[in-house]
Amino acid sequence: MDAQEKMLNELIKKQQADELKAKDRYEIPAQDMPAQDGIKRRSNMNEVALGYTETQARLEAMRCLQCKNAPCVEGCPVRIRIRDFVVAIAEGNNEEAISIIKHNSLLPAVCGRVCPQEVQCQEYCTVGKKFKDPEKSVSIGRLERYVADLAKEGDEVPGVALPTGKKVAIIGSGPGGIVVAADVRRAGHEVTIFEAFHKPGGVMVYGIPEFRLPKSIVQEEIDVLKKMGVELICNFIVGRTRTIEQLMTEDGFDAVYVGVGAGLPKFMNIEGEHLVGVYSANEYLTRANLMKAYQFGKGADTPIAVSKNVAVLGGGNVAMDSARMAVRLGAENVYLVYRRSEKEMPARVEEVHHAKEEGVQFCTLQNPKRILGDDQGNVVGMECLKYELGEPDDSGRRRPVAIEGSEFEIDVDTVIVAIGNGANPLIQQTTPGLEFNKWGNIVVDENCKTSLQGVYAGGDIVLGAATVILAMGQGRIAAAAINQYLHG
Amino acid sequence: MSFKILSKKQLSENVFQLDVEAPLVARSRKAGQFVIVSVDEDAGERIPLTIAGADPQKGSIRLIFQRVGKATAQMADLHEADALGYIAGPLGQPTHIQKFGSVVCVGGGIGNAPLLPIATALKEADNQIISILGARNQELLILEDEFKKISDELIVVTDDGSYGRKALVTEPLKEICSRDSKPDCAITIGPAVMMKFCCETTKGFNVPTQVSLNTIMVDGTGMCGGCRVEVGGQTKFVCVDGPEFDGHQVNFEQMMKRMSAYKALEQKALEKYRDHKCKIGLK
Ligand SMILES: Cc1cc2nc3c(=O)[nH]c(=O)nc-3n(C[C@H](O)[C@H](O)[C@H](O)COP(=O)(O)OP(=O)(O)OC[C@H]3O[C@@H](n4cnc5c(N)ncnc54)[C@H](O)[C@@H]3O)c2cc1C
Ligand code: SF4
Ligand code: FES
Repeated sequence: MDAQEKMLNELIKKQQADELKAKDRYEIPAQDMPAQDGIKRRSNMNEVALGYTETQARLEAMRCLQCKNAPCVEGCPVRIRIRDFVVAIAEGNNEEAISIIKHNSLLPAVCGRVCPQEVQCQEYCTVGKKFKDPEKSVSIGRLERYVADLAKEGDEVPGVALPTGKKVAIIGSGPGGIVVAADVRRAGHEVTIFEAFHKPGGVMVYGIPEFRLPKSIVQEEIDVLKKMGVELICNFIVGRTRTIEQLMTEDGFDAVYVGVGAGLPKFMNIEGEHLVGVYSANEYLTRANLMKAYQFGKGADTPIAVSKNVAVLGGGNVAMDSARMAVRLGAENVYLVYRRSEKEMPARVEEVHHAKEEGVQFCTLQNPKRILGDDQGNVVGMECLKYELGEPDDSGRRRPVAIEGSEFEIDVDTVIVAIGNGANPLIQQTTPGLEFNKWGNIVVDENCKTSLQGVYAGGDIVLGAATVILAMGQGRIAAAAINQYLHG
Repeated sequence: MSFKILSKKQLSENVFQLDVEAPLVARSRKAGQFVIVSVDEDAGERIPLTIAGADPQKGSIRLIFQRVGKATAQMADLHEADALGYIAGPLGQPTHIQKFGSVVCVGGGIGNAPLLPIATALKEADNQIISILGARNQELLILEDEFKKISDELIVVTDDGSYGRKALVTEPLKEICSRDSKPDCAITIGPAVMMKFCCETTKGFNVPTQVSLNTIMVDGTGMCGGCRVEVGGQTKFVCVDGPEFDGHQVNFEQMMKRMSAYKALEQKALEKYRDHKCKIGLK
């Protein structure tokens, strides 16, 4: 028996005798996430974080103080009863834990992996506060993943109410669309998901890489929907193949949920952005993930740049994913160029750690001025400026200011622009009467209802580029509203 | 949905025509729009192809494509009753069709295919159609008969003079623009260099000229930006803002460089595919 198991056994004894005190809990070391070796994983696409063992999960759960007011729940966008599920794990009751989670969240295996816990539940956790270090908080996300992965195998299909004769169209198969499909189908309505791409899953399959979120997890969720009788039609671009109006007036749909995501890449608008070797992160990741360009010539037909020196512009999850993908595609040097300091990076901390372990070079307080090309139109370098942090701006973050005359050049052959996404205009162009704000996002009320009768919307097309959990949360609200609308 | 091939025809050595089942696209497509096609559902490349025609009753669309890389070579090897992996569309903005008066339609090589539905729609809108069709040689000329039916005047040129006039398309284009009653507008579809020189020609005569661009694409829905071109100094996405643009505003030099981004990689993939075919005894 190893030391960890011994510790666990002693703790269990105390727990059973009702003698486990806060002091004992504080003494349990925060459990690290087992991960694939940093060097080895540079050359494979397999998931990096391997998941807690049973012993680790139980130890980690025992660190929870079972706070009366459970402040962690406050930090959860869908208000999962976190304390209760963590307590269940501590008591070895994993099945109960997963059923508590499923009450609020339909995609725990996804959220446990990709939620920015350190600015949600874990930011509020009393344990983290006590140690004055949010990284010492109870690892709620890892525990969520642990029980979700255990449950996956025996996943049963949720029951479906008797047919109501009503039809609901869901546009986009991202996390929002998946959740609406499940909730609306459960109420007995006929559900069809329309997806523009040839594979369902939205950003979870075309954007977030395999090494962070295995595609099989998303596929399992899709399979559950299919078993529930949800119809899925891929290669169908609403607005072009059929418009929302046609779906509702000619094709007999009684309600529509629009979950088409953000999906319009922003560029820097600097000189040289049209050169060969400059990609939006969306293009780079889509080629690599969805189109499997890493297997080019070995089964996959979509090419991607063979790069030596890559600059990724940005500091969010999308930038981290691009940089780490470039590493895996064989680049020798990958620079992450970000104009603020590391503290301001919006990426999940875990991704920042992982990127560093994999050898991504962080170039903070820098920003490109122009991209340099040769006469064939290929990228050969980038001219950057150094930055310093000035006064805080509207977002409360200190504003980066360029240092005049600080120009310098770096040697790169590929540049990946990961500075965010605007709203894709297709639905706006083809749906008269649907109200949008000035950024092109759909305007909805507190029930996710749009300006059109029977049309609901949520996720990134409403919130601007946001998160999986927020898309899911809005999906649940919209589904409840749709069910009520069709019932009344 | 099955995307079954209803008929296949070889139009020239490397150009093929497929009528494929795609009822939803057939019903909603308009002249000038395109589809994304893939031979293989899982790992096939997404190929943008202009819709060369459609039969909404039969629920089929016509695709005409040139065998250039591995993906198109593989598509050329399919037979009647085989199925494509998928077809998504229709995509892009439809051509703006109205009565302009007289319109010169200039097609080069495979460009005749996307040009045909546009010229047909313009004819139906009561325009006078002057068509100029160009090809490297007689064997590579496609759709001449179809153009004959809808054109008030048809000029055929070949590079080597093996058929029609021995000239580049810009030569007759220049003559037509110099006529007393110059054309009201022009539309040109073909290789990027050809479109570039056509635009230079018409610019001198102030004849507004539309071009239809075929940049590299991935999604075809505005999500990746891979198809971007500079038009009038601004970045445009061909798949959602186009594929047609004011040719006098397009930065062709830059576009041509971007279009050759994967040439070397694609060449390798094609050789490998041919090699593989030899080994397994296919022709
Ligand atoms: C690289 C990357 C990394 C990210 N990492 C994280 C992370 O770690 N944690 C996190 O919480 N969030 C992350 N996000 C953000 C998160 O993925 C999104 O907020 C979330 O996926 C939005 O969900 P959605 O339901 O709005 O739909 P999306 O996931 O955006 O999916 C929309 C779907 O609609 C389809 N569609 C679009 N237009 C049409 C149409 N006209 N007709 C039919 N279908 C259409 C699209 O093809 C797509 O499949 C990341 C995003 C990216 C790009
Ligand atoms: S805040 Fe932290 S310690 Fe308190 S209940 Fe939530 S997870 Fe447990
Ligand atoms: S092909 Fe991706 S944006 Fe046009």
